[in-house]
Amino acid sequence: MAGLNTKSIAYLGLLLVLCIVPFGLTNYFLSILVEILILGIFALSLNILVGYTGLVSLGHAAFFGVGAYTSSLIAIHYTSNVFVTLFAGIVLSLIMACIIGFFCNRVNGFYFLMLTLAFSQMFYALVYRWSSLTKGDNGLSGIPKPSLWANGVLDSPIAFYFFILVIFTIVFIGLRVILQSPLGQIFVGIRENETRVRVMGYNTTIYKNISFILAGGIGGLAGSLYAFFNGFISPKDIYWTMSGEVLIMVLVGGAGTLIGPVLGAAFIVILETFVSSYTDLWMLIVGITFILFVIFIPKGIVSIGSLWRTRKIANKGQTKEKEKELKVRMNGVIQDEK
Amino acid sequence: MDIIAIQLVNGLSYGLLLFMITSGLSLIFGIMGVLNLAHGSLYMIGAYMALSITQHIAPNFIYALFLAPIFVAVISFLLEICLLRPTYKLGHLSQVLLTFGVAYILHDLVRLIWGANVKSLPLPPWLSGSVELFGQTFPLYRLLIMGFGLLLAAVMWYLQEKTRWGAIIRAGLSNREMVSGLGINIKIVFSVVFAIGGLLAGLGGVAAGPILGLYLGMEFEVLILALVILVVGGLGSITGTLLAGLIVGVVETFGKVMFPQLSLLIIFGLMALVLVVKPTGMLGKQVH
Repeated sequence: MAGLNTKSIAYLGLLLVLCIVPFGLTNYFLSILVEILILGIFALSLNILVGYTGLVSLGHAAFFGVGAYTSSLIAIHYTSNVFVTLFAGIVLSLIMACIIGFFCNRVNGFYFLMLTLAFSQMFYALVYRWSSLTKGDNGLSGIPKPSLWANGVLDSPIAFYFFILVIFTIVFIGLRVILQSPLGQIFVGIRENETRVRVMGYNTTIYKNISFILAGGIGGLAGSLYAFFNGFISPKDIYWTMSGEVLIMVLVGGAGTLIGPVLGAAFIVILETFVSSYTDLWMLIVGITFILFVIFIPKGIVSIGSLWRTRKIANKGQTKEKEKELKVRMNGVIQDEK
Repeated sequence: MDIIAIQLVNGLSYGLLLFMITSGLSLIFGIMGVLNLAHGSLYMIGAYMALSITQHIAPNFIYALFLAPIFVAVISFLLEICLLRPTYKLGHLSQVLLTFGVAYILHDLVRLIWGANVKSLPLPPWLSGSVELFGQTFPLYRLLIMGFGLLLAAVMWYLQEKTRWGAIIRAGLSNREMVSGLGINIKIVFSVVFAIGGLLAGLGGVAAGPILGLYLGMEFEVLILALVILVVGGLGSITGTLLAGLIVGVVETFGKVMFPQLSLLIIFGLMALVLVVKPTGMLGKQVH
């Protein structure tokens, strides 16, 4: 993967667009873009588990919540310095991921899903009931804007946007490196055939824990950023339907690819914003869209291009050999994505 | 002493109510391998339908108790035929996700039809009284729920263990291909099982309406508790589901009275503990 291939160039182009775009946008659209980037980080973190390691978690909102609540509480009571608050949020979610991962990775499949759900609901109950610290149902409001140094408060929308964009870029590149490294290949190996990986001599439980901790930490980071962005966090944001929503983002975008979850987050945020400006029935619309995706585009938005290509070729009635060749090439592309 | 006895009745009746709802979920999961995340939504529709029936059709709770579950069963049946049947080839995870989408859709539909306000389903006077037993006064309706729940448990146990239908269900749990290989029309079995699951969820909704109230979001709360009971009891075991339902009902009720801050935490702690010690649940068999 050394040097610049077409994909890296495409990513660079996208980054360039993301750097130029905010200057032509109103604050409203800028805030939508920020929300997409933050939820994109959140979806990326869940994708490490769901898409790469093959562990379908329905409790990822817990880490989002740990990050959000830790950073908010520190920002409200002690300092709004962004490095301190983010660091604390990430460290606490890493610790929690260690504990929850230790228990959840002892079981598989359906039980894993249930256990992650149980732990996240325990955390929800804790937050909901610990009113003296978390203000319970009312949520934490008035979270100060983060500051980079003593007076450098990120209060202009554009400054905040670039702050988020920098973090997003770091997370994206970092995950690209990690997931293409031997570590990432072991994750994929566990997804495809855990027994075989274990027979090869790897302790798969340790690698599943690493995957869980990595996902938890980045999920916590997303939560911290979301709290800064909103200036408000409530138990509603960490209920299990939030875990479901981020799972929808990953699957709608395309699990097991890097850009997929980000596209999924963008799709859901835009859909929600668009729908809610006409009607408040966004759950209905999201639900219908999601069902259509599961049935017709199960591999997500990222696969639409290749779906269309295969169909076009099939329509043209080309020889089977050419189709086969294309399929091989497409598999190459998919492998590359992974 | 008074308080404990009354709370025990409350806890046990709540537990049996949860058992009623979970047994439908368990039935569907057991034979079809579908974790129906819309099960709570069917429960909610049952409760709201009962409200509409008592308000507009006949001001009689008993009618609602019969009609609403049938209505929910029909919805459930249509859901299976229109949405799940064409998509069995997609695999189990896709089925879970599809029902999750359905839960989203039903949430908004219920809000659209019945509004977002909290509603209450009134009990007729002759059901809302209380009876004296062993020198204590107990709410009659709670006792009736307990009796009905136990009856249901007995019937379900009998059907599953002693009849041909039960044998098919148990066989479906261990090997689906074999069942269809024996010449049983698995498609019809699936549709009927799904409808029965919906019937049980709707019945639970109507029965719970007068004591738990009607509000948006009730479906997700009940779904979570039902899932907890399902895995704590162990998949495919009626006795396990009954036991887990009673434990969860009693623990939740007493937890709310004694440690109001921690009651939810206790339930999920219990579930985590059981799954860590015995991943297949208390009385479950290993299912693949």
